Amino acid sequence: MLERAEIIRQEYLRHDKKFPHVWCPGCGNGIVMGALLRAVHTLELSKDEVVLASGIGCSGRMPTYVDFNTIHTTHGRALTFSTGIKLAKPELTVITVMGDGDSTAIGGNHFIHAARRNLDLTAIIINNSTYGMTGGQYSPTTPYGSISTTSVYGHVEHAFCIAELAVTAGASFVARGTVYHATHLEEIIQQAIKKKGFSVVEVISNCHVQHGRRNKLGGAVAMINSFKENAVRVNKAEKMSAEELEGKFTIGVLADVDKPISTEQYKRVVAEARKNAVKNADEKEKTKVKRYE
Amino acid sequence: MVDSENVKRVLLQGNEAIVAGALAAGCRFFAGYPITPASEISELLSIKLPELGGTFIQMEDEIASIGAVIGASLAGTKSLTATSGPGFSLMQENLGYACVAEVPCVIVNVMRGGPSTGLPTSPSQGDVQMARWGTHGDHPIIVLAVSSVADCFSVTVKAFNLSEKYRVPVIILSDEVVAHTREAVALPGNDQIRVIDRVAPDVPPEWYKPYADNNRGVPDMANFGDGYRHHVTGLIHDDMGYPTQNPQEVEKFYKRIHSKISKGFQDIQVTKTFLMEDAEICVIAYGSVARSALKAVRTAREQGVKAGLVQLVTLFPFPRKSVDMYLRQCRVAIVPEMNMGQISREITRINQANCRIVKHNRIDGHLISPDEILKRIVKA
Repeated sequence: MLERAEIIRQEYLRHDKKFPHVWCPGCGNGIVMGALLRAVHTLELSKDEVVLASGIGCSGRMPTYVDFNTIHTTHGRALTFSTGIKLAKPELTVITVMGDGDSTAIGGNHFIHAARRNLDLTAIIINNSTYGMTGGQYSPTTPYGSISTTSVYGHVEHAFCIAELAVTAGASFVARGTVYHATHLEEIIQQAIKKKGFSVVEVISNCHVQHGRRNKLGGAVAMINSFKENAVRVNKAEKMSAEELEGKFTIGVLADVDKPISTEQYKRVVAEARKNAVKNADEKEKTKVKRYE
Repeated sequence: MVDSENVKRVLLQGNEAIVAGALAAGCRFFAGYPITPASEISELLSIKLPELGGTFIQMEDEIASIGAVIGASLAGTKSLTATSGPGFSLMQENLGYACVAEVPCVIVNVMRGGPSTGLPTSPSQGDVQMARWGTHGDHPIIVLAVSSVADCFSVTVKAFNLSEKYRVPVIILSDEVVAHTREAVALPGNDQIRVIDRVAPDVPPEWYKPYADNNRGVPDMANFGDGYRHHVTGLIHDDMGYPTQNPQEVEKFYKRIHSKISKGFQDIQVTKTFLMEDAEICVIAYGSVARSALKAVRTAREQGVKAGLVQLVTLFPFPRKSVDMYLRQCRVAIVPEMNMGQISREITRINQANCRIVKHNRIDGHLISPDEILKRIVKA
């Protein structure tokens, strides 16, 4: 186990980068990064073939630290950059890491359209229920009634369920994990990368510095432990009543469907366009009529 | 009209000529969102790109379109998007990203009356200063203007070449008149077009410094997936591409991205002149207005007035040197524009020769006619 951790540290971190990283002690982002690196390692992907893209926020710094083709894009727009990269070089494995505000507020439109479009992309969304980097303002996943720096009297809006949103928008694969369940997280990230089509992994994470402190949820350890207590496996949740599920959330695979992938489908468009172009050229040759095009 | 071996005469509209120019320059990726009067570019590329093995995608908005364009370019494909004012407004943030991360790409803005939804879809030149300064922060950028269908082809080729050579986004300002005018043009054959590609690194990957300075000021560019794993960010970065706040590194970065453009002024700044040899009055114009201006200048000559035309192809970086020369030569410079005076302020700014600058502004959604310009020339 330790040996594997050392291999991953040596192999996948950027040692010429000026560490330390920007994340607070106890932050869940490192756990997600670790799970991602282990998943890539287990899948034996070549580092040259992996692209890691991010948006803005604490999660946005992840690509800086890892030795892939990496891109730190603009706030909310990571999936649009990933779309361009994937379409230009479909052979690349393109993974996009985003935060909750990044992916469902400013980037909400890109997120649902990426799911609808169904390119072969993987999105990892670290959901810590707040805008951590900017000082703890409420995000689209801040629970109703919570205190944040922009809802000091309690939040009056309702939260998105990101994974459920992805299912509805048409993603091929959707799973939810937490930073407590690190091994499970590694497994679902592996499944998401392997899956052909748009895959989403929502990771419930802790921001004890901003969200936790203001809502008296305890430090990093207490918050991460609460994920253990409140997470219910998807198959178990099916047998539970609404009362029993109050205050809980599901983890596991929420959707795994096979449908046409747009990058694959576009090959058909290319083939037909070429056939048509040849036909038109032949006809022009036959008729020998000089005309303006 | 006869097809010669290398030149093909065809009847095209401006938007179609932009497509032809882009494809000739090697563009193989387009992402866009429908908007009048730019939509023909999307429609035609959705057919032409797959024929050539390229990719077309219609995104959910213009923000996404330029995001995808930057992504595709980073993966090594020459990329284009086309829009009009409202969409160009949405693109500004990612346009700045392309400036900072030094990603080659070409953005066509077929101008219509603005601001906001404005005057769809009458011609305008209202986005000139926005093209230069629309995105926030100090940044270099190249802005070119097209005035005819033939221009649409050649300027688009030039735009891709400059973009690849200097690793900078290039904006082509067209307008509704140029976009939808159909005329016969002679398209050069592929063997007559000079296509410039980004310079790939010639060192082994472990030596590669993605943002290191060199004598051109333009770092060699490795594409994603080529084995040169590196980091790309919108943060100000050091030679390795990693974020930095070190004052020396920050200053060095800003200075380099500005100086790479100023080093290339001779190559970048294009102006065309007509009848300027002995001119005492010059008309300085760009875009569709330049064509009205040429007609006006020719008529003035017939009437014995020594008038000439300076047509700006490059709007930014503003071609100070050549315009300055003509301001020193002429006693009057007339600047007709379909806006309230966005280029005339540049001309006033650089005017050190006491040349009288006469603005002629039309903002009613109609093209400036040759007669209007002629009246100004005769009065001058």
